[in-house]
Amino acid sequence: MTSNPDRIPRPDAPPPLLFEQSHPGACAVSLPAADVPTVKPASVIPADLLAAVPPPLPEIGELDLVRHFTRLAHRLFSVDANFYPLGSCTMKYNPKINERAAAMPGFTNLHPLQADEDVQGMLGLLHTLQTALAEIAGLADVTLQPAAGAHGEMTGLMLINAWHRSRGETRTKVLAPDTAHGTNPASCTVCGRHAIPIKSLPNGRVDLDDLRKRVDEQTAAMMITNPNTAGLFDSHIADIAEIVHGAGALLYLDGANMNAILGVARPGDFGVDVMHYNVHKTFSTPHGCGGPGAGPVAVRAGLERFLPTPHIVRRDDGTYALDHDRPDSIGKVRSFYGQTGVLIRAYAYIAALGPEGLRDVSEKAVLAANYVAARLKGHFAFPFEGPYAHEFLIVPQLTQHGVTELDVAKRLIDFGIHPPTMSWPVAHCLMIEPTETESLATLDAFANTLIHIANEAATQPDRLHSAPQHAPVTRLDEVGAARKPELRWRAAEPQDKSAGQQEPPPRIHKA
Amino acid sequence: MQYTQLTDNDVRQMLDRIGIESIDALFQNVPKRARLDRPLCLPAAMTEPELIAHLGALAGANHGCDELTCFLGGGAYDHFIPTVVDALAGQSEFVTAYTPYQAEASQGALQAFFEYQTLICQLTGMDVSNASLYDGATATAEAALMARGANGRRRLIVSGGVHPDTRRVLETYLRELPMELEIIETPTGLTDPGVLRKACSDETTAVVVQSPNFFGCVESLERLAAVTHDAGAPLIASVDPIACGLLKLPGACGVDIAVGEGQPLGIPLGWGGPYLGFMAVREAFMRKLPGRLVGATRDTNGRRSFCLTLQTREQHIRRERATSNVCTNQGLLALRATIYLSAVGRTGIANVASLCLSKAHYAAERIAALDRFELAFAAPFFKEFVVRTRKDVGKVLQHARQHGILAGVALGRWHEALRDCFLVAVTEKRTRAQIDALVAALKEA
Repeated sequence: MTSNPDRIPRPDAPPPLLFEQSHPGACAVSLPAADVPTVKPASVIPADLLAAVPPPLPEIGELDLVRHFTRLAHRLFSVDANFYPLGSCTMKYNPKINERAAAMPGFTNLHPLQADEDVQGMLGLLHTLQTALAEIAGLADVTLQPAAGAHGEMTGLMLINAWHRSRGETRTKVLAPDTAHGTNPASCTVCGRHAIPIKSLPNGRVDLDDLRKRVDEQTAAMMITNPNTAGLFDSHIADIAEIVHGAGALLYLDGANMNAILGVARPGDFGVDVMHYNVHKTFSTPHGCGGPGAGPVAVRAGLERFLPTPHIVRRDDGTYALDHDRPDSIGKVRSFYGQTGVLIRAYAYIAALGPEGLRDVSEKAVLAANYVAARLKGHFAFPFEGPYAHEFLIVPQLTQHGVTELDVAKRLIDFGIHPPTMSWPVAHCLMIEPTETESLATLDAFANTLIHIANEAATQPDRLHSAPQHAPVTRLDEVGAARKPELRWRAAEPQDKSAGQQEPPPRIHKA
Repeated sequence: MQYTQLTDNDVRQMLDRIGIESIDALFQNVPKRARLDRPLCLPAAMTEPELIAHLGALAGANHGCDELTCFLGGGAYDHFIPTVVDALAGQSEFVTAYTPYQAEASQGALQAFFEYQTLICQLTGMDVSNASLYDGATATAEAALMARGANGRRRLIVSGGVHPDTRRVLETYLRELPMELEIIETPTGLTDPGVLRKACSDETTAVVVQSPNFFGCVESLERLAAVTHDAGAPLIASVDPIACGLLKLPGACGVDIAVGEGQPLGIPLGWGGPYLGFMAVREAFMRKLPGRLVGATRDTNGRRSFCLTLQTREQHIRRERATSNVCTNQGLLALRATIYLSAVGRTGIANVASLCLSKAHYAAERIAALDRFELAFAAPFFKEFVVRTRKDVGKVLQHARQHGILAGVALGRWHEALRDCFLVAVTEKRTRAQIDALVAALKEA
C-alpha cells in the first residue's frame, strides 16, 4: 500500500467517481436465487444477439455507496439548506407533506396500464387537479400530460396549430417579446413555426406599435409572459389580446410567473386562450436538481377537443375514466399519462392552501419582492420602475472596478446564498425572486449581504473576482470544458494499469 | 395550512419600508377588469391531519402492485427497487436543488450526472450520453428530430415493433414538420431486414426500432443497423436497460442513437411517471444531442470539477435556432438510475437479467402448455411475450384479476390483428408460486 500522504483522502477532498471506487466482487443488492429452472441464454436466444460479458458497471458495497451519495448531497446548495432568490424559477419551500403524499404506496405501486376501476383514487385526484388548474387559469379545461414547461409550450402550440387547421388555415408565425424565455422560440421551431420577436419599450412592456406592425394573417399566436420576465405586469394586456385576436390569432401565456397572480387575476379573464403552468415553480413541487417538473396546459372553451389523448374524464355515475376516443386530439405527447408523482405534490399543495391560501401566496410573494427592492434602493441601479410583481431586476453599478454581475453572483455563494438569475433579460442584471416562503429575517440578511458585497466591490474588488472561496470548488474552466468536452469517465489504458497508475489524485489547494 | 412565515407584524413593517398602506397597492398595474373580484372556486384549505387523511383515502381507493401480482409490462415494469435508492435519492439536498447552472454551488448534482452519463454509456456501449430526457417515448421523438437536424432527410421509418404509444408520440411530433413517417409491419413479431431494405432510400431520415420490442421479441440490431447504414441513415434503437445485462450492447451492434425508458432502473411504477428517457449516441452526434450535458473540467486551483457544458446548443443561447426545446433533465430520476446501476453493478445487472429470462421462459412454457393458449410469436424473447388465446381475452384477464393477478396487457387496443392476444411481463420479482398461480388462473378462466 502507498505511504504517500498526498494519497490519503482529506475530508474536504472531492469524492472519487463511482468508477474509481469499483471493487470487483462488491455488490449492494441481494436477490433470491432462481426458484425456477435456470435458462441458459444461448438456449433461447441466438448467440449472436448475446453479449459475451456483462456491461462494465462499477461494483461497490452498500456502505461505500451510501457514503458516496451522501457526500455528493453535501456538495450541493438546495432550498432546504440555502436561500435561493433565483428569478423566474420560483424556488419556494417544498412542503414535506407533499413528499409524504407522493410516496404513499397506494400511488407509487400503480402500473400505468391497469384498468380504470383499479385506479379510481388516482384518476379522481388528477381530475380534481385538472378542475382546480382550470379555475385558477379562468379557462375551460386542462391536460396534465406535459412533462415540463417547455413540453407544455410545445403542446400548447400544437393545440393552437390544430385549432387553426380545424378552420382550414395553416399559420406559420408566432410572435414573442424579445424578453421571452429562450424555450418560447425554440418551441416554435420544434412545432415548425417561425418565432418573430416583438420589441419591448424602455418601461419593460410590449411595444404595441411593433406588435401591430408585425401581426398579420400568417400569425398563429402570440406567446407572452405576464407578469413578464422583468417582473412587471403588463398593464396593456387587454390591448395586446385585442390586437392578437383581431388578426385571428390566439394568445398564449407562458405561466412561469403565475406565482404573482394566483387568485388575483386569471389569464382567461385577461384574454389568454392557451397557457401552461410550471407546477415546479408555482405549486411548490421540488426541482430535483433539474427535474422532474410538470407543465399542465389549460385551454379556452372551443379548444378542449384538441387536448392530448388520453384525457381524464368524470362519468355520469361519478367514477373516473381515461378517454382514448378523441378524434380531434393532437394525439399523444409522451409515454403514459404524465409526471404523476409531481402532480400529486401539486394537488396536495393546492388542497392545503385553498382559495385564500393561494391568494395569500401571491400577495406575500409580491410583497417580499417589493420589500427587498426597497431595501436595495440606493445601492444598485433598477432598470425598471416598480411596483414589481414577484421578482425584479437590479444592475450592479460596479463596472468601474472591473466587477461584473457574475462576480456579485459568485460572491453570494460565499455567504451561503444561491446566486440570482444573471444577465437576462437585461444586460448585466441580476433577477431576484425571493418567494413568499422566506422569513423577514432571511430577506433582511439577503439585502444586507448584497449591500455588503456592493461595498466590497468598491473597496476590495479582489474578493469578488476570486469568489467563491468557501465553496467546494473555485471558479471552473468552463471554456475548456466546452472546447474539449469530457462527458464521461473512461477506464485508464491497460498499459497504465500494468504500471500501477491510476487517475492522478485531486490536487489540493495549498494557499 | 400555510407555508408563508411572514406575520401580520412583519407585513406591516415591510409595507412601511416600501412606503405603502396595503399590499393591494402593489397590484396597481393589474387593470381593474383583469382582476378576479371573488375568491377562487376551490375546496377550502385543509389542515395537515385532514390532508393526510384525505390523501390516504385517495391512495387507498387504488389497487396497486403491492396488493396485486403484476405481470403487466408494455413499457413499465415491476422490478425490484433496492432500499438504498429511495434512501439516497430522497436526501433533501438532491430533492430541493435547482438545475446546476451555478457549478460551484452544485458539484454534488453535477458529479452525479457525470456518473449517470458514464453509466448509461457503459450500459449501452455508446460513446456519449446526455443527462436524460422526459421519458422513453419523447427520447425516441427527440432522437428522430436530432437525426433530421443532422441529415435533413424527410422520411422516418419506424418498425411496427416499436411501442405503439411511442409511434403515436412520433406522429404527434412529426405532424408539425415537413416529415413523413412510414411504419414497417412486423407480422412475425420481428422487423424483417428484407422489408426494411426495400423501404429505405436516400430520403430516409433514420430507422427506429425497439429491442426487445413491444412484443418482447429480441431484434437483430446488427442486421438492422447494416441495412440502415446501407441507406446512409442512422439507426435509432429503443432498448430495455435491464436487457443490456444480457444482450449484445447497442453500441456493439452498430446502433447510432440508443434511447429507452429508464423506469426499470430503480424508478417506481407510479402510474406512468415521472420516468426517465435516456439517450446515448456515437461521438459524431455529440454536438447535436438534445438536453443537458455535464462535462469534467478543473477549477482555478486545478481540482477536478464538473459543469454543464456545450450550452451553446441550448435554448437560452440559440433560441429559435436551438436543436431542441428541452431545457431540463429528469434530474432526480437520473440520480435514481445512477444509484440503481451502481448498487447492482456489473454482476448484479447480469443477475437481474438472467432471473428475468429464466422466470419469463418458465411462465411462457407453462402458459403455452395450457389448452387454448399459445405463444403468438416464435421469435426469441427476454422478459416479455405475447400470448394468444382462443378464450375471450377480456374475460381471461378479468378472471385473473378476481384472483388478485394482473395477468397481462390486452393488445386489441393497439393492434386489431392481436385482439385475441395479451402481453405478459415477468420480472425478477415474480416467484414461482406467483407464476403457478397465474397459470392456474388462466387455465380456469
